[in-house]
Amino acid sequence: MEVISDKFRAAAAESLANTQLQRALARIPERFVAARARAAAEFGEFEPLRAAGAAIRERTLARLDVLLERFEAEAVRRGASVHWAVDAAEANRIVLDIARGHGVRRIVKSKSMVTEECALNDALEAAGLEVLETDLGEYILQLARERPSHIIAPVIHKNREEVTELFSARHRRPRSTDIAALCQEAREILRPQFFAADMGISGANFLVAETGSVALFTNEGNGRLVTTLPRVHVAIAGIEKVVETLGELAALARLLPRSATGQAISNYFTLLTGVRGATESDGPEAFHIVLLDNGRSRLLGSELRPILRCIRCGACLNHCPVYQTVGGHAYGWVYPGPMGAVWTPALVGLERARELPEAATFCGQCQVACPVMIPLPDLLRRLRTRTTAEHLRPARERLALNLWGYAARHPRLYALLTAFAARVLYRLGGRRGWVRRLPLAAGWTATRDFPAGEGHTAREVLRRERSG
Amino acid sequence: MSAREAILARVRAATAGTQVPPAPEVIPRAAGTLTEDPLLRFRRLAETSGSTLDAAASPAAAPGRVAAYLKEAGLPQTAVVWPALAALPWAAAGIAAAARAPRATDAIGITAACCGIAETGTLLLLSGGDSPGATSLVPETHIALLPRACIVCDLEAAFARVRAEHGALPRALAFISGPSRTADIEQTIVIGAHGPRRVHIILIG
Ligand code: SF4
Repeated sequence: MEVISDKFRAAAAESLANTQLQRALARIPERFVAARARAAAEFGEFEPLRAAGAAIRERTLARLDVLLERFEAEAVRRGASVHWAVDAAEANRIVLDIARGHGVRRIVKSKSMVTEECALNDALEAAGLEVLETDLGEYILQLARERPSHIIAPVIHKNREEVTELFSARHRRPRSTDIAALCQEAREILRPQFFAADMGISGANFLVAETGSVALFTNEGNGRLVTTLPRVHVAIAGIEKVVETLGELAALARLLPRSATGQAISNYFTLLTGVRGATESDGPEAFHIVLLDNGRSRLLGSELRPILRCIRCGACLNHCPVYQTVGGHAYGWVYPGPMGAVWTPALVGLERARELPEAATFCGQCQVACPVMIPLPDLLRRLRTRTTAEHLRPARERLALNLWGYAARHPRLYALLTAFAARVLYRLGGRRGWVRRLPLAAGWTATRDFPAGEGHTAREVLRRERSG
Repeated sequence: MSAREAILARVRAATAGTQVPPAPEVIPRAAGTLTEDPLLRFRRLAETSGSTLDAAASPAAAPGRVAAYLKEAGLPQTAVVWPALAALPWAAAGIAAAARAPRATDAIGITAACCGIAETGTLLLLSGGDSPGATSLVPETHIALLPRACIVCDLEAAFARVRAEHGALPRALAFISGPSRTADIEQTIVIGAHGPRRVHIILIG
């Protein structure tokens, strides 16, 4: 998927002006933030649970090689095939080979962010395969040819009227703007596709090393259909998704839905191990698991390592004042919000996503909400430091800072310049003593006024007082 | 070097010498999980998640309760049932039961459940030769027969039970909490997305 994260500022400005989007985003505080708070309060010991979740994910990262090898051995023992992909292109190639190897023509998919990361659909369609998204939100996006704007609620930016337009253009059925009717229409259209498909593609919320299983959390049921009816199932997972035991999985199963949607548990939590048995009438005959690196192993040894604990719950998006204001598309790639502001530079390179770590108020709400206690503000600060160290800041800003640095190392020059500046500001303040517009910083003063001061620097005042 | 070797080598280099943090001493459960009566909690939370509940004194009495439910809901007395349940007296209760895997047109699916989890009011169904996964998924109405004795406190107990009874995990463990739903359009919850619209649980015994 094309990365346009370097256009954050411009995209954010557009989002702010989009009243329809603003109305959609206004639902976040009640539907997500309050729902999570209620679920956590009802749970009781949610803070100790978060601590346990963080410890479990850290234990994974500390022995990731061992757990991956164990997962592979167990999965293979149960008849699954395990594939390893260094990057997105290799993952796409592997999936395409699997499809060709099994004579697949039609594919149904359940929602998976990692396949968005790989732009897998484009690769499969380019090879002439039919790929159908079956999660309602992803299906709508596929019709609209748009990307998701939230990792849990992919069409949060659209309203029902837009869905009506898309459906009536495609389905040629009587129009309805009733939400339940739209869902029913999608159900009826998609149902035969599950039966007709040769292959199902899913992501994986977790991989369990001790049993070689793939765990999926879904509400709609399409995830179960995709992994039950077609004769081939391909699950794609980032290598960080593994946990060691079913006990650890149980702990994370308590954290994920509560953090994501405020549900105590998702409607469907499925644990898939191996292929269809000789006596079974459903389930895939072939089960392929693709383990994707795509930059994750590099992160493991870096200062950004804690982001690998991420269980993709979306809580940090929901709790972020920046996300709540600009929505997900402004972030310009697959992962938005605070986690996206770390994942995107981490996976595609800081130089292509320089503006994202700046898109934070450092209020810290993301860290407070994160079920695995990822220190997101700290990671964003580290990225900002790196932006400066790697000279990725804009040339004008660097020049200005260099000039300031020079002046600051030369006290007399500094005194002269600041005395001059203090007088200019005083003048700009006019009679009311407030600066409303500052030449060279009009962008900054467009939304801010500030007091002008009294026309003297602190040094001047001090000197006068001492001599007086 | 293969992708596998390249990835594992990088992971090994990055993790070499890192301390493995200790496992958490306790995993908290939802408040009340270990103190509340499991049956009462199961009923309460299953209803919260949108399932309906009924009871039958014995497995043989279950078809009668199923028939009553279908009648009251205005549904046909025709169902596809797990082959594992084929021996129950369906015909005597007036239900045309087909013991096979479901087809796209089947409206009612009847299954057993391996256990009920009180913590969240969740059913656990295991896939197998005589217990197809699709029966709880494809029909619009899913009816599950759950022996009272099979209600366990939490997920951990459910996993332990499966392992004790089966050794290795069956191919698919489906933890089901109420009818399928979506909130994708305007974050408005709609029941009956791709899976069943109704989940009806009959407690046996
Ligand atoms: S960073 Fe934390 S809060 Fe954000 S998606 Fe990942 S796990 Fe959830």
